[in-house]
Amino acid sequence: MQYMLMFYQPQSEFDQRDETAGQAYRASWMDYVGAIRQSGVALNGHGLHPPLTGTTLRVRGDKRQVQDGPFADSKEQLGGYFVIEVADLDAALEWAARAPCASTGGVEVRPVFTAPTM
Amino acid sequence: MTDDDAHSARAAAERAARQSYGRLVAILSARTRDIAASEDALADAFARALESWPVDGVPRQPEAWLLQVARHRTLDAWRHSRVHDDAAQTLLLLADEVGDDAAGGGAVADERLRLLFVCAHPAIDAVARAPLMLQTVLGLDASRMAGAFLTAPATLGQRLVRAKARVRAAGIPFEYPRAIDLPQRLQDVLDGIYAAYGTGWDDVDGADSIERGLTAEAIELCRILCDLMPREPEPHGLLALMLFCESRAAARRSTAGAYVPLEAQDTARWNAALHKQAEQALQHASALHALGPYQIEAAIQSAHCARRLGAQVPADAMVALYDGLIALRPSTGARVSRACAVAEAEGPGAGLRALDSIAAKDVDNYQAYWAARAHLLGRNGQAAEARLAYARAAGLSASPAVRAWLAAASERL
Repeated sequence: MQYMLMFYQPQSEFDQRDETAGQAYRASWMDYVGAIRQSGVALNGHGLHPPLTGTTLRVRGDKRQVQDGPFADSKEQLGGYFVIEVADLDAALEWAARAPCASTGGVEVRPVFTAPTM
Repeated sequence: MTDDDAHSARAAAERAARQSYGRLVAILSARTRDIAASEDALADAFARALESWPVDGVPRQPEAWLLQVARHRTLDAWRHSRVHDDAAQTLLLLADEVGDDAAGGGAVADERLRLLFVCAHPAIDAVARAPLMLQTVLGLDASRMAGAFLTAPATLGQRLVRAKARVRAAGIPFEYPRAIDLPQRLQDVLDGIYAAYGTGWDDVDGADSIERGLTAEAIELCRILCDLMPREPEPHGLLALMLFCESRAAARRSTAGAYVPLEAQDTARWNAALHKQAEQALQHASALHALGPYQIEAAIQSAHCARRLGAQVPADAMVALYDGLIALRPSTGARVSRACAVAEAEGPGAGLRALDSIAAKDVDNYQAYWAARAHLLGRNGQAAEARLAYARAAGLSASPAVRAWLAAASERL
């Protein structure tokens, strides 16, 4: 089964990416990314730039609305993702629990559509 | 009815629910072989108790009262569904009632042992066994257990429903296993209990919260099992193992919340009463003269604790204990621990060779292996390789405190 692990992080974690004090934080992500890749379960994944660098587009009727910032204004924002291939949801949750943001923000685990028609 | 009466009736019902839930589910299910229906009937009986006890007073034998109401409820359900239009079953259920004395007196038999064997039956999915035992014997619900088992609540709920359906459909007998089957069947029960305990052992970062996994529930389940099988050594071995671990639980974190390995724990923060209970349980088990893997694991824990408390434990004696464990019950965890014991006895090079003998596919995902490897590589002077192993161990850890400790150890190289 393929699952997407979506890493949701509070703004304080996005800030730590650039601060010197965030060195341990960055190292814990590097360790996690290293472990998930070395274990062979990761199909792909990326980290994302902070939510404020995002742009959101909506089309309503003939009108396009383009807005600076993330789609939803919430305390925790998507900071990155992995798509992994594992036996079942239990195994996916085990990897989710290891993500550094699990203890500060949260990880959403969703099955990936793998039907050939999609 | 005064508020006080209502309050004490509610308290009596809640007490009966807590103390008797598993026994009542066991008795009902032993007749119906339908755990889900028994739980439904019992839930109805508890609801009726909350209505009628404040008005009519708490019955002299609350358990027998609940059982009788639940039995009637089961019979009604059968009559309505006409699925179980089986006169023999009905007679069985009624026969029990005739056996009870009219005033609802008489001790309610303890059928929980049979229920435990049913829950850990080989026909039931191994991952469902521990939650099924906790639910049927202690009355825990899926949402309470999901976090501890690191399972989605919906998945766990489905597993429990499927397991109960399986008990009914496969006609798994509510019987004490035959002597020839007993060792394996008992092992399955013990494994289920230990799996429940393990949910809390890994979850130490939750140590500050009131609920640390399901450790207390697992120990309670094991105490029940020990009471029901006083002449079987392995339940006492498992109880000892869990109590040794539990006695050290608080010392695994500093007051600042940092991870503290066994070698550095402040033994003053160990729980002396639990430690004593653990030693007693282990002695009880060994006096029964039938060695088993849980007894060896408890003996290993006992030796670790004794060493920290100042006793001389020869390093090769530890290796021998792990050899005994692996001979009885091979596992990757035991082999990693054995490698660490070998390193103590013969040096880090020998320990690393022992780690190398474990198949790579067994350790890809196994945090303890990488932590052990990192430690031994560091002691062997292979700093660069040790750092890689520390990183891998940190990446596989779900605990911020453990990750911080591993990072600091890597830094010190």
